[in-house]
Amino acid sequence: MNRLEAAGRAVWDFVVGDDWRIAVGVILALGVTALVAGAGVAAWWILPLATLLMLAVSVWRASRPDQ
Amino acid sequence: MTGSEFGLALSVFLACAVEAVEALTIVLAVGGTRSWRSALTGVGAAVVVLAVLTAALGPALTSLPIGVLRVVVGGLLLIFGLQWLRKAVLRASGLKALHDEAAAFAAETAAARSAGQAKPGLDGYSFTIAFKGVLLEGLEVVFIVLTFGANQHRVGLAAIAAALAVALVVAAGVFIHAPLSRVPENTLKFGVGVMLTSFGMFWGAEGAGAHWPGSDAALLVIIPLTLLAALAMVGVLRRGTAAPTTDRSEEPVAAA
Repeated sequence: MNRLEAAGRAVWDFVVGDDWRIAVGVILALGVTALVAGAGVAAWWILPLATLLMLAVSVWRASRPDQ
Repeated sequence: MTGSEFGLALSVFLACAVEAVEALTIVLAVGGTRSWRSALTGVGAAVVVLAVLTAALGPALTSLPIGVLRVVVGGLLLIFGLQWLRKAVLRASGLKALHDEAAAFAAETAAARSAGQAKPGLDGYSFTIAFKGVLLEGLEVVFIVLTFGANQHRVGLAAIAAALAVALVVAAGVFIHAPLSRVPENTLKFGVGVMLTSFGMFWGAEGAGAHWPGSDAALLVIIPLTLLAALAMVGVLRRGTAAPTTDRSEEPVAAA
């Protein structure tokens, strides 16, 4: 592994951590919030709902015996 | 000081205290076992790198337009906060071993002893382990100081809160000359995870163009609700908990 790869992996581990699905979910939720807010509809509730779901799914996956 | 500034200072203080306790354990173990001079040189070198990073990234972040800054920083903070909260929920529910500073100190000390005789002059092992430990824990501090500080244009306040936390932990470490295993680290980490996640949601949604009912006062609802949701998950998970797994954070820095 060269230094660039090692640095990239370190940044990935630092920001994204153990569950990459959380990072993807946050980006998607922010995108949906921007789209809904841009359409002039109240969008403040999207991120809390998505956060709750992401956390619940992530800890549920980690709690399964095969994890 | 406004409510959100108090939240900023408290979040940064708690997060930095937790990271400083972990860094202190590593430095005490390697310094006490091998070479104080080399370990403290490693600490100094890591602090210089962290200061340069803060000085370079701080102005770059604060120069971004506020909307872009909030969506980027809010998103990063939410991802980061959810990782903290996820681990905290798993620890509190018994699915992940609780972080134990006494065990971490014992592991670091054993690793330092097994690395052979300390070299005269600058001991490479002591320098590297102290440098790596402080740099890794410090990076999280820098990230939190910059994200919280830049978002409210209060990097100075965030830096003061961080410096106070580090000074308090170092003073306690010098005074008792042992790892701070009585600090309720797991509880603090749970609280920090809740704060990072709550502020991440708040700023991320604002940056994406949403408007919170009640503006900044919404945080007074978001933070308790996030805490309650996390505690509810702990309650549900505790019902079917098996034996906890090994905590990687208790592995010595040399093995990480």
